Amino acid sequence: MLFLSKKQDWLGNIRGDLLAGIVVALALIPEAIAFSIIAGVDPKVGLYASFCIAVVTAFVGGRPGMISVATGAMALLMVTLVKDHGLQYLLAATLLTGALQIVAGYIKFGSLMSFVSRSVVTGFVNALAILIFMAQLPELTNVTWHVYAMTAGGLGIIYLFPLIPVIGKSVPSPLLCIAALTALSIYLGLDIRTVGDMGELPDDLPIFLWPEVPVTLETLKIIFPYSTSLAVVGLLESLMTATIIDDLTDSSSDKNRECKGQGLANIGAGLLGGMAGCAMIGQSVINIKSGGRGRLSTLTAGTLLLIMVVFLDEWISKIPMAALVAVMIMVSIGTFSWRSILDLKKHPLSSSVVMSMTVIVVVFTHNLAIGVFVGVLLASLFFANKISHFLYVESEIDEDQNVRIYRVVGQVFFNSAEKFIQSFDFKEAVEKVVIDLHRAHFWDITSVTALDKVVIKFRREGAEVEIIGMNEATTTIVDRFGVHDKPEEIEKIMGGH
Amino acid sequence: MNNNENRVLACIDGSALTEAVCDYAAWIAQRVEVPLKLMHTIDHHPETATMSDLSGNIGLDSRDELLEEITQLDQQRIKLRLQQGKLLLETAKQRVMQSGIGEPILTQRHGSLVEALIELEDVTRVLVIGLRGKVHENQPDKIGAKLESIIRSLHRPILVVNEPFKAPERIMLAYDGSAAAEKALDIVANSPLYKGLVCHLVCVSKDDDKGKLLEIAENKLKQAGGIEVVAQKLVGKPDLVLCEYQETHDVDMTVMGAFSHTKLRDLLLGSFTAKMLLHSKKPLLLLR
Repeated sequence: MLFLSKKQDWLGNIRGDLLAGIVVALALIPEAIAFSIIAGVDPKVGLYASFCIAVVTAFVGGRPGMISVATGAMALLMVTLVKDHGLQYLLAATLLTGALQIVAGYIKFGSLMSFVSRSVVTGFVNALAILIFMAQLPELTNVTWHVYAMTAGGLGIIYLFPLIPVIGKSVPSPLLCIAALTALSIYLGLDIRTVGDMGELPDDLPIFLWPEVPVTLETLKIIFPYSTSLAVVGLLESLMTATIIDDLTDSSSDKNRECKGQGLANIGAGLLGGMAGCAMIGQSVINIKSGGRGRLSTLTAGTLLLIMVVFLDEWISKIPMAALVAVMIMVSIGTFSWRSILDLKKHPLSSSVVMSMTVIVVVFTHNLAIGVFVGVLLASLFFANKISHFLYVESEIDEDQNVRIYRVVGQVFFNSAEKFIQSFDFKEAVEKVVIDLHRAHFWDITSVTALDKVVIKFRREGAEVEIIGMNEATTTIVDRFGVHDKPEEIEKIMGGH
Repeated sequence: MNNNENRVLACIDGSALTEAVCDYAAWIAQRVEVPLKLMHTIDHHPETATMSDLSGNIGLDSRDELLEEITQLDQQRIKLRLQQGKLLLETAKQRVMQSGIGEPILTQRHGSLVEALIELEDVTRVLVIGLRGKVHENQPDKIGAKLESIIRSLHRPILVVNEPFKAPERIMLAYDGSAAAEKALDIVANSPLYKGLVCHLVCVSKDDDKGKLLEIAENKLKQAGGIEVVAQKLVGKPDLVLCEYQETHDVDMTVMGAFSHTKLRDLLLGSFTAKMLLHSKKPLLLLR
């Protein structure tokens, strides 16, 4: 199942896929190096990872045309692990991440994505963009003016070159930026930092290696928290990216297969001495923009990446960091949702709060998983709060018999239980109270307890209490999901609204 | 049988065989007296790219811009094809109405042909389709790319048209004694489509037992009435012998069971149905 794919997924778009694959491979090199630097490992760790993850997901991923590689979101999570325990623990954590993701695929983690609201997704990408940008700042502090000039010039090339007719759209401008800045720095003999200064580059094909860590509970204790965060963030970004590509290409993807595919890819990366990765929004968008649609483009990107870095490692080590910074600033600008700033005013306050809180939490913790968790939690609380407004109690009095009739309409659950209790007038001296629940919905045990409370209070005031429609009201306390998915069943429960 | 629910479904794509498909569909619809439905599908091909910008950069909100751009391109492209399809359907409608059919039902669907046919299977009595579509129009050594998967996924009779219309007078029923062949025999015996035609009941086998079976089948068909039966037992390679018989006896249409074996077996031994589709010069009515 995992290895089956339709013929047209591979061969439906050969020319477009090959071209896009080349563009993506060229764009991947600087990014994989930059993300390795963020994680604090040698560039070859990110490059091997990108190769392996791209190739494996090309075969087993659930979304053709998506680019999965070493990414910033993942790199940010591993910084402290690498700093405190070293590379071998990172590789072990990568293996565990893959295993966790495969399990997530089998327990259908993909369907949980529906809890991640649009505001949380926007917060996620914005936070990611901010973190990628912040990660470039060390390269821009305490440096000579040459670096600033080169970075500015690089950004100029990236954004202005595509405006030139014809050739502008046939040569990748980030590549041109890197080539131009490298040539310039070699020609002028500038003494600025280059990729070669940042660590080892791959000079050979990767080999299979089991991480050199003691197989003990102690090791598991160290890597497990990292692996969980990595697994969650990896799947979140991958599934978000898959949704974006679904929209762009007007087609559908298999989200649970994607989870398993990501897991397999990460296990592969861990064994080849690479860091954990996931799908990347920016590169995937570039792939689609360049005309890539099928699995072939991902495979091309991964293979070509490895071939290029193995044969061109001499040249790659001469790339000035300023060029890399320019490319990464482009990535962060492209990842940020600028529209969301304008939308802050237009959207409901609760959505804006969810988005902003997601961003703030991530920027402070450097952990996208925590940010998303806070975002989802806030969104759920806001939702519960909104729904609790859908409750009112109307009443009438039958003066002849001194009977008060209350009619409850709406949703009674933990958040509206207090409001429910307060809707009754306990001080009124009546002989009998009738509570009509025909049009009320009791969602949980809290609401039932609240009703008990109301009954007891009335009885203490010396009134008889009669409850009608209890059965209808409590049909909503059903914890078996999916029982009420037929229109007539829903009508039965929600009837009267 | 509720006539509103069962239709002759003709698939139209504007290729050379479209007119023949219309004529055969009209012929069947008239003989079995069910409404005719003409269908045109617009395949979107999300697996191929419509644009290519190799500048490799992403700028401010380029994701939203890209979505907008691709959507616009798709809209223009599909709109054009919708109009072309409408014209095709209109032309086809005129054609079948000339042959005396009341107003046919026209329908256009997005997505792949196979999917559309599976969705409509319940309301389809017979499917009429050309041997090859527009893509393979000029390649006589190929059958349509989707044909096999259509035949395999549907469980309705399918008439595969491969030449201009000629009202069938003599049909050939390929009989081999299998369950599928018995079923085909029943259908031919009971359907109004074949009344008044000459039916050549042909069995290709070295086996003498098959001769008896053929005799029983012949009697069965004769009892049904309205059909003139000629039974024949031949020896040789089934597809070649049948095609030869077709020519020498001037058969207008061949009726046979189709793809009764698994895909794997066909992959190893070659499918008889596929060979017949390729070699037969006359339309094939495949019964599943």
